[in-house]
Amino acid sequence: MAEPLFSVRGLKVALPDMTRKPLIGRAPLAEILKGLDFDLPKGSVTGIVGESGSGKSTLGRALVRLIEPSAGSIRVEGRDISHLSEAELRPLRRDLQMIFQDPMSSLNPRHTIFNIIAAPLRQNGFGDRLKERVAEALQRVGLPRNFASRYRHELSGGQRQRVGIARALALSPKFVLADEIVSGLDVSTQAQILTLLEKLAAEMGLTIAFISHDLSVIRRLCRQVIVMREGRIVEASATDALFDNPKEAYTRDLLAAIPLPEIDADWLRLPAKAPA
Amino acid sequence: MDEARTSRRGLSPRLWLAGGWLILALAAATFAPLIAPQDPLAQDLMLERLPPFWLDGAESGYWLGTDSLGRDLLSRLIFGGRIAFIVAFAAATSACLIGSALGLIAGYFGGWADRFISRIVDIWMAFPPVLFAILLVAVLGTGLSSVIIAIAVIDWTRFCRVIRAEAMSQARMDYVESARIAGYGRIGIMLREVLPNVLPSVVALLSLEMGIAVIVEAILSFVNLSISTDDPTWGSIIAEGRLSIHQAWWVLVFPLITLILTVLSFSQFGEGLKARFDPVLR
Amino acid sequence: MSACLEIRSLSALLPNGQRVLRSVSLAVQPGEVRALVGESGAGKTMIGKALLGVLPKSVRIIEGEMLIEGEELSRLDAKARRTLIGARTALIPQDPLTALNRSRRIGPQMTDRLVRILGWSGERADKRIRQLLDEVQFRDPQRVLKCYPHELSGGMRQRVLIAAAFAAEPRLIVADEPTTALDVTVQKQILRLIAELQRDHGTAILFVTHDLGVVAKISQKVSVLYAGKVVEEADTAALFAAPQHPYTRALIAATPRYTDPYASLKPVDETVLAGLTAEIAAADKAWRPAHG
Repeated sequence: MAEPLFSVRGLKVALPDMTRKPLIGRAPLAEILKGLDFDLPKGSVTGIVGESGSGKSTLGRALVRLIEPSAGSIRVEGRDISHLSEAELRPLRRDLQMIFQDPMSSLNPRHTIFNIIAAPLRQNGFGDRLKERVAEALQRVGLPRNFASRYRHELSGGQRQRVGIARALALSPKFVLADEIVSGLDVSTQAQILTLLEKLAAEMGLTIAFISHDLSVIRRLCRQVIVMREGRIVEASATDALFDNPKEAYTRDLLAAIPLPEIDADWLRLPAKAPA
Repeated sequence: MDEARTSRRGLSPRLWLAGGWLILALAAATFAPLIAPQDPLAQDLMLERLPPFWLDGAESGYWLGTDSLGRDLLSRLIFGGRIAFIVAFAAATSACLIGSALGLIAGYFGGWADRFISRIVDIWMAFPPVLFAILLVAVLGTGLSSVIIAIAVIDWTRFCRVIRAEAMSQARMDYVESARIAGYGRIGIMLREVLPNVLPSVVALLSLEMGIAVIVEAILSFVNLSISTDDPTWGSIIAEGRLSIHQAWWVLVFPLITLILTVLSFSQFGEGLKARFDPVLR
Repeated sequence: MSACLEIRSLSALLPNGQRVLRSVSLAVQPGEVRALVGESGAGKTMIGKALLGVLPKSVRIIEGEMLIEGEELSRLDAKARRTLIGARTALIPQDPLTALNRSRRIGPQMTDRLVRILGWSGERADKRIRQLLDEVQFRDPQRVLKCYPHELSGGMRQRVLIAAAFAAEPRLIVADEPTTALDVTVQKQILRLIAELQRDHGTAILFVTHDLGVVAKISQKVSVLYAGKVVEEADTAALFAAPQHPYTRALIAATPRYTDPYASLKPVDETVLAGLTAEIAAADKAWRPAHG
């Protein structure tokens, strides 16, 4: 098999736990990720699923090195990026892009859409022909080019998330981290955004880590799935195998908890797990 | 969305009123020699304590009356405005530049930079401001520049605290992380992503601070620590007016009204600007 | 027998003259769960707020009636209205954290309402709350009563609010997206609890949600809302078996289903949206002349 884009071994991340911060002095560290091993094959879409507190977002932010691991290695095409400095990372950023959960917070209200999409281009040596490049990026996500002069508050939720995608893809990166990118959207918009991402991933040969709490969404989009719980990988396998034949009880619980839009009188009667 | 595009709010009444007064006062101060009906320093004991124009015994050309030395009150207020505005602009701008820069650095970078700057601010704020100002002017010597320096040195903390808090909340926004992903360095992010979002507050504070500077200058004049007593300042006029309150109330009341209107206008103007230029309603 | 809640032709306007509720009619019969489903901006939260009399000042109700067990709300003065709403209805809010006062213990917060609004004795309220906490499956109600909100998990806080809602034996509960902020496994527990308590107490529920999956599991009746207009109303089983309105069909097709990934997650068709826009415009046109 070809070399994976990402190769993660023994990944641990510890972050300051602000809830236990003493009045004076530093907050103690809490281990969020407790040793993860996995690969992301080139050109694949991998779903990372888990409930709150599973560490899935922390994992994503470690992959694009917004945070530094406390142990283990993250290799991108063989090169360990886990402890590179911000300056050493800068040339690599071009290939490691990210789409954020909340486009409201990830688009600066003071910048036009043009400036938002142009930012990564300018910063990575594509400052020429900016107008064309931004127009292309907008077109790619199905927005008219005159949106370039608008501001965040002039866009709908779905349009904002399209801008987020346009910005992440403007540099034609190798890897895109998509962190809960549809969880704030209405179902009808959600379907549009997912179909768009699905199409672009195929066209551009992107490697995507798709973080979500929603297994239904993951089944459609992803070739493999990593199920996380409390900082560890519970189960990782090919998508169809995982859905058709989940090995772990936790994965089965997750699947059983999804309310499908169909009548099922027994669904609520099944013994759900006793609450604590 | 098209709704949002067209719903640019117009100028609010308070922006109009406050801005109108400020422009009027500023214009009067700027063109004082052309506008003032009399020489503000000309004394004429024949004309002492003339009442304002609508009272019996008023003299035309002395609209707001005269003080106990027969000097024209309106002219003195207009010339006093010059000093008030010079102090307001110079002192507030200096305080703003120092305080906002430090606040931005403390709030965005956090860590030891924040601890260091915040500690200084804490210590600074422990001094009673007016006493601090009097002390500073006493050390620096009286004069326009001393007053300006004193106000800037004391009041930068106002900017620093507010801007620090705002920069801190901005630093947690996703667009800051997004700029890192785009390849921006820390200073680039601070200037590109954080600064534009704290600017409305900077502007509002700046305007408010101008009003405060006017008051502080008046206080310093009042206690005779501002500039030479020959040049009229609002504070010195108030101080003199206080002495003749029973014979000529107008000498105290008009400068007070002028002072209050100006200070109020500065603060309302700032708030109005902030609301006007904040595109983020939701 | 009169309906627990009946809303007749309710319309509300924004200051710019735009209708945000378009002659909404719906009824919740005693003991049934009616889902009110719609996407953001459909006005589903607005209906609950109108009922509880907590609409934002900018929104003006210009026509329509709201009846709780046959009593018309607008005929009552403010105090009588508050008493009626306080005694017969309760709310399960979306965000349990903001609905609880973070600086007070759970116990007094829960009993307060019973004592103040219903005039119960402290002892009776206390006993009732402990009974309800037991019903929402807290192993140690005594301990929960002494906790502050932040000491409980999101799911536990929502259970506390469910217990509080049922405690006063209301005839109607408005549940406003009560599981949206929760993880799926917790959501399932919460839905199950609501369903159980609803059945045991015979309470009617107006269940506001955006999730058709939740609608399918919890409700017997459903009203589909779009742009402040009820576009379809049906028995839940009938709605999923044979959705009548194109928008309902599109919404069902857009909802993800892991059992059938390629038949679900279908973007809503442009023609459906165009049809909706036309339908809304026609409704407004027919409505305007009568209302100036």
